Amino acid sequence: MAKVTIDNHVVEVPDGTTILQAARLIGGDIVPPTMCYYSKLEGSGGKCRTCLVKVSQSSGKDSRPMPKLVASCSTPVADGMVVQNITSPEVLEARKAIVEFLLINHPLDCPVCDQAGECDLQNLSYEHGLETTRYKEERRDYPSVDIGPYVKLHMNRCILCYRCVYTADQIAGKRIHGILYRGDVAEISTFIQNSIENEFSGNIIDVCPVGALTDKTFRFKSRVWFLNPFLAHRDCPTCSGKVTVWKFGKEIYRVTGRKDQFGEVDEFICNTCRFDKKGSEDWIIESPANIDKQSVISQNHYMKIKKGSIIKPLEQKTEPQD
Amino acid sequence: MQLTNRSKIVSNKKMTFVERLYFPAIFKGMMITLSHFFAKKATIDYPKEKREFSEIYRGQHVLKRDDQGRERCTACGLCALACPAEAITMVAEERLPSEEHLYREEKYAKTYEINMLRCIFCGLCEEACPKEAIFLTKRIVDAEYSRDKFIYGKDKLVEPLELDLRIDISKRQIPEVLEFKKDKTQRHNK
Repeated sequence: MAKVTIDNHVVEVPDGTTILQAARLIGGDIVPPTMCYYSKLEGSGGKCRTCLVKVSQSSGKDSRPMPKLVASCSTPVADGMVVQNITSPEVLEARKAIVEFLLINHPLDCPVCDQAGECDLQNLSYEHGLETTRYKEERRDYPSVDIGPYVKLHMNRCILCYRCVYTADQIAGKRIHGILYRGDVAEISTFIQNSIENEFSGNIIDVCPVGALTDKTFRFKSRVWFLNPFLAHRDCPTCSGKVTVWKFGKEIYRVTGRKDQFGEVDEFICNTCRFDKKGSEDWIIESPANIDKQSVISQNHYMKIKKGSIIKPLEQKTEPQD
Repeated sequence: MQLTNRSKIVSNKKMTFVERLYFPAIFKGMMITLSHFFAKKATIDYPKEKREFSEIYRGQHVLKRDDQGRERCTACGLCALACPAEAITMVAEERLPSEEHLYREEKYAKTYEINMLRCIFCGLCEEACPKEAIFLTKRIVDAEYSRDKFIYGKDKLVEPLELDLRIDISKRQIPEVLEFKKDKTQRHNK
């Protein structure tokens, strides 16, 4: 067991736990945001650098700080480690820069994008208060590629988090899409012009942190904040059948997996549940889904809305000069 | 107990002879009426004569087109979300490759309706719009005989294609915005 201090909160976790997992055990504001790490997918993480934290004391025996900020999703804890996340101005400054980097090639087409309202990148950039871009060059532009009848790929919006690649490998069994080319021109695609039709392939929509992979059956039907999410289930032979249905009036507009407080799907669902079962007789409604109070989806849902706070870098304490 | 200073104590005192004649009082009242007859009128003869409007008067909405005549609205739903009266509804549709000269973005509003009876002309839709598509104008919503005619669809809201019939909204924009729009390095302005 290792005792770690994260932003002055002490938690005891088994050896080998990552800093991010330890922070999630504490919960609240101190959990570093993640764009590529997904706890249900093995090997994910370490790509987006959004979860960078400062380790101000490496362990109980070694009181020196780690020389650079570390990615909390892939750094294991040590006994006596002291970690700073939102209490460190350095981390907030770095995270702001990371968000700026992620947005360099991201098109500002939120008004068109179906993910708007439940987009991790949108929330992250709102939180860090970026209002303008300093990037003046042309953004990269990919020709549109058809990757199958269910999933719409918008490569321009992709941040190359690899989550969908891991999902196809680990959940859907057979993977026919992946990252082609490298560096600047890397892109998600199928080789060559293949169609993704695996029974669990729809989950790549849920894991995508941005609007790069969206539901074709829901494309431009409505906006997420006009829909009411309900927890529902059905007797499904292939998956657990536990889903969230998004209704507009009595009509079911789309079906997604149930997401937990960190925006990760609890149980992956099959394509039949997700794309084909949209009649109200298909589902047994359990209860209204819990909506995050800071989410735009809670607009008009008879709850008190708390606006998301904008994190400002902490003011450096200046030494009093005699 | 006295509640206000305006209460009057009723007196039953006997009227004098002049008062009992009533004619002086009637004449006095008539003079007041007559003075109003020559006073300046508070009303105007509306359809023939129109009052001066503020340049930023919030009247009937317009859905703008861009320089190339394409509709700016992309049916993002932010105006409907911002609307406190829930007067706006829309249905989005994907643009076909053959319609690129009609709609600016990949997605467009197939139907866009504003219920002018619900609308309170607060201008929040205009403020929420990220595409500079909806503006309130100096025009007044016409009177109608039935309620369903107040639901304005795209036929009444979208401005005409002809350049000389376009509705000028440049007065509604602050100088900083107009200055920003000149900057062609911004993707927004291309």
